[in-house]
Amino acid sequence: MTMRQNLIAVLSEGEIAEIDAELAHVPIPAGAAIDALKIVQAHRGWISDESLKAIAQHLGMSAAELDGIATFYTLIFRRPVGEKVILLCNSVTCWMKGCDSLQQNISDQLGIGMGETTADNAYTLLPMTCLGACDKAPVLMIGDDLHEDVDPQSVAQLFQPGAEEQ
Amino acid sequence: MPVIQIDGQEYEVEAGQNVLQAALSLGLDLPYFCWHPAMGSIGACRQCAVVQYLNADDDRGRIVMGCMTPVADGAIFSLEGDKARGFRESIVEALMLNHPHDCPVCAEGGECHLQDMTVMVGHRDRHYRGKKNTHRNQYLGPLINHEMNRCITCYRCTRFYRDYAGGTDLAAMAAHDHIYFGRHEEGVLQSEFAGNLVEVCPTGVFTDKTLVKEYTRKWDLQSAPSVCTGCAVGCNTMPGERYGKLKRVHNRFNAEVNGYFLCDRGRFGAGFVNSDKNLEFPGLRLTDGRFDALDHHAALMRMTTACHSGKVAGIGSPRASVESNYLLRLLVGAKNFAPGFSDAEQPLVELAFSLQQNSPALTPDIQTIESADAVLVLGEDLTNTAPRIALALRQSVRNKAYEMAAELRLQSWQDAAIRNLAQTMRSPLFIATTANTRLDDITEDRVSLSPDNIASLGFAIASLIAGEPVDEIDQALLRRAEVIATALRGAQRPLVLSGTSCGSAVVMQAAAQISQALCKADNRSMLSLVVPEANSLGQAMLTGATAPTLSALSKRAAAKEFDTLIVVENDLYRRGPKEIVDALLANIPNVIVIDSMDNPTLSASSLALPAASFAESEGTLVSMEGRAQRHFPVFVPAHERRSSWVWLLACMKELEIEEVSNLHHFDDVTRACASQIVALSGITGAAPDHHFRNVGVKVPRQTHRYSGRTAMHANISVHEPKQPTDEESPLAFSMEGLNRSQPGSLLPYVWAPGWNSNQSLNKFQSEVGAPLKGGTAGARLLLPTAGSVNRGMHKSNFTSAKLQSGQWIMVPRYRIFGSEELSAKAPAIAELVDSGFVEINNVCAQSLGVIEGDGVELQRADPQVQSDMLKAPVATLQVRINDTLAEGCVGYSAGLSGTEDIIVGEPLALQKAQGWQRPSPQIIGTDGGSNV
Repeated sequence: MTMRQNLIAVLSEGEIAEIDAELAHVPIPAGAAIDALKIVQAHRGWISDESLKAIAQHLGMSAAELDGIATFYTLIFRRPVGEKVILLCNSVTCWMKGCDSLQQNISDQLGIGMGETTADNAYTLLPMTCLGACDKAPVLMIGDDLHEDVDPQSVAQLFQPGAEEQ
Repeated sequence: MPVIQIDGQEYEVEAGQNVLQAALSLGLDLPYFCWHPAMGSIGACRQCAVVQYLNADDDRGRIVMGCMTPVADGAIFSLEGDKARGFRESIVEALMLNHPHDCPVCAEGGECHLQDMTVMVGHRDRHYRGKKNTHRNQYLGPLINHEMNRCITCYRCTRFYRDYAGGTDLAAMAAHDHIYFGRHEEGVLQSEFAGNLVEVCPTGVFTDKTLVKEYTRKWDLQSAPSVCTGCAVGCNTMPGERYGKLKRVHNRFNAEVNGYFLCDRGRFGAGFVNSDKNLEFPGLRLTDGRFDALDHHAALMRMTTACHSGKVAGIGSPRASVESNYLLRLLVGAKNFAPGFSDAEQPLVELAFSLQQNSPALTPDIQTIESADAVLVLGEDLTNTAPRIALALRQSVRNKAYEMAAELRLQSWQDAAIRNLAQTMRSPLFIATTANTRLDDITEDRVSLSPDNIASLGFAIASLIAGEPVDEIDQALLRRAEVIATALRGAQRPLVLSGTSCGSAVVMQAAAQISQALCKADNRSMLSLVVPEANSLGQAMLTGATAPTLSALSKRAAAKEFDTLIVVENDLYRRGPKEIVDALLANIPNVIVIDSMDNPTLSASSLALPAASFAESEGTLVSMEGRAQRHFPVFVPAHERRSSWVWLLACMKELEIEEVSNLHHFDDVTRACASQIVALSGITGAAPDHHFRNVGVKVPRQTHRYSGRTAMHANISVHEPKQPTDEESPLAFSMEGLNRSQPGSLLPYVWAPGWNSNQSLNKFQSEVGAPLKGGTAGARLLLPTAGSVNRGMHKSNFTSAKLQSGQWIMVPRYRIFGSEELSAKAPAIAELVDSGFVEINNVCAQSLGVIEGDGVELQRADPQVQSDMLKAPVATLQVRINDTLAEGCVGYSAGLSGTEDIIVGEPLALQKAQGWQRPSPQIIGTDGGSNV
């Protein structure tokens, strides 16, 4: 179902209004490219080829130019992702503090490897180079929430139903 | 000039250069990848690292990038120091981590800049043991092959494609070690200059798909200096041959003309030379209508007999050489010689010649066009009529950026910085055409107007610049004229570009008046007029303004004035309506056609003689800027194919015509033409004659590594045949000779020790990016005439044709692929050629009740024919909607099939075609075969 919705190519009025608000702040439309991508991704979860073309057209850019920008940034998703994206930090500090076993436990729990999405489309697991919280390593993000000092043994609890409310 | 020290030696270098430029100009070998003389520096690849020392006491120094470091008086550098050498070697080693070891099957192998640089830095042993990254390749159309695994991420491709040529469909994707240069999705590359990626890419990511199909290494190619026959710009080329087939065309550097780049028509359009429709033997038409093969002697006797009566007419060709046309004109007499234009085109080309000849403005070469700081284009869709000039205009609009850079004292080679600084600031470019063009994205203003209104706009601009009262025109148009006039008057080097392609004499006259008014206003004004074909201007220079037209000849033929007609390298059915050409050919008993490939005119001949193509013959062509340039045979024509001038000269010798008794060689014909025709008196300067020797020896067409000469014919005989001798030129069909320091017009290929790729050009240039050591090729025949500045301007006194309701003016819409006759027959180009179409705007579509893809019939309103009689339509064509078309105009695909009978500028009535079958979608089927 989500996949289907994501294939709707034409930008919604809400998306266009948000993009146009950004356009008002830049001297040339291409300057709002990253913001436009973020806006559409916020609405649809990811940037499909069709969304990309629609944004490019709205900004007066070519699809290739915009795709060059979209694919440069790892947090612009050019493939469908689950409802929540797990960003697991694997930079030096987190690596010293055991992010490998953290990943192993997450993978065991959710049945997905790096870059994969769970069958129920709830989670996508992605590596991330530094979340900027080295003093509380190891860290990961689930959706918009940062989880610090994660204990590899108890990480499974983060994915229990209702875990985020706690 | 600053003096710098390199490895202990002092050198005087050009101020404003960077260290890489200076080193290469001094003849030193400093490796590089991302830097390109036409595209400047970005410092991306880190390959040109050198050590710079603070002063004489500094014994440690620091590593700097040669391409990003300006030379300064007293600066001390080391290229050879261990630190620099080690750094450069480690860069290549890093680049090679992911580069595949596929050189033996790579089309770039043997002329690969990456190979050269790897050897140059001395990297040999590989320490990395991991896996290499691999990528999926894309289908990029029938011209270019894609192999991303070979990429070393120098960014030259996107810098050329996007920044230099304005293409939008190729980009750098992703980041880090998975950068990918490609399209958003697979498909034909849209830029008309995409073929340059083959030469710009330092390795084998983008290779020539037409070459890959029947591959030959560079060192096995036989090459000669040549000139592109695709349009009137006259780009210099180096075609390469093997086994009697033209394999590929590479750019031949000419600082004043094409520089480093060609368009795709020029690069891939020469494939027609290998056509299976080529004539190999003369053909005599028998009574049953079929052709019988003759040997060349029998054919010559037939030709001579046919010419004995003296009642001979000749039709030359703007795509044939000056020499062939000159001889034909001499044979038949000036009053019986038609230059071979269409009736509509002939006065236009003559006008283009006389306007430039009499203009006080400079007729610019392409390098000078790039220097223009304000440009007005009247009526030309340059990307499709003179593509290389469109690329030059993309550079001219950057002069604003260079001005801004100069204010900040930024060096002109600081490419990334200058582009960042200027953003969308451009020098003004104004275009007034009948519909949209491919340059619209860089214009300050583009307006769609009918040809007559383009002229009105032009005359208004001229009057405004001259400070004279303006004729009454539309207020909106007047406001446009004021803006343009102000911009041109405010420029240091204003350029007005126009030409024959919209079929209007007044448009060109308006352009000439603007440039003349600018000259009076003390600007260094330039006037450039585009003509249609490789030797169009040469034809106008040969005949002057009094030559008979095709119709004139046709009328005289109807009066039985002629027994024989000789047509040289011209398909008349592309020059006039079918019934006129049919009548012309039917009214003359002997029709002798000399051409290289079968075409309708040749099929209608009584005697067909096989002509050698441009790649098999020598000839002089006069480009649109009046530059006479020589092309030399790349290989010996097979079978009974002979250059047209050879057939004609032999016939004239048989006829014992006195003027040719002393003509033996090609050069004799050139000299005779130069002495007889005043306008062409400079053509002998196009290239040295056949007596020229380069330090006592000829210039070789084959590289010193040319291999397999014996094996080539081993299936017939193991004895190697004697190499053909070339009696007509200073070039040899051999490896022997000297390819160094000769005049630029005699450069068959570029190679230097350690430099196998086309970057070896550095070694042939006086300094890097500057003219060749041997001088720039070509002789300018048009020089500004200072005296005519004071001639009075004549006011615009033309009256627009009145259109009846239901009629539209036919305006040509040219296509880079298809509008030119011969290149459209190159197999790779043929895949990109559309079938004929008309373009109409929404108003027209609504009034006709048609939509995109419908068919329309085009009818001539003929008072002779009663309205209720059945008339065959002039053409029935598919509709394309293009809402940028000017009011009252309908575009037709000039030169494409189905449009032959439409006359430029004529008013035609349109109606929806009944029973029109929509064509099925076009399928491009080249992507099979090897994936080298």
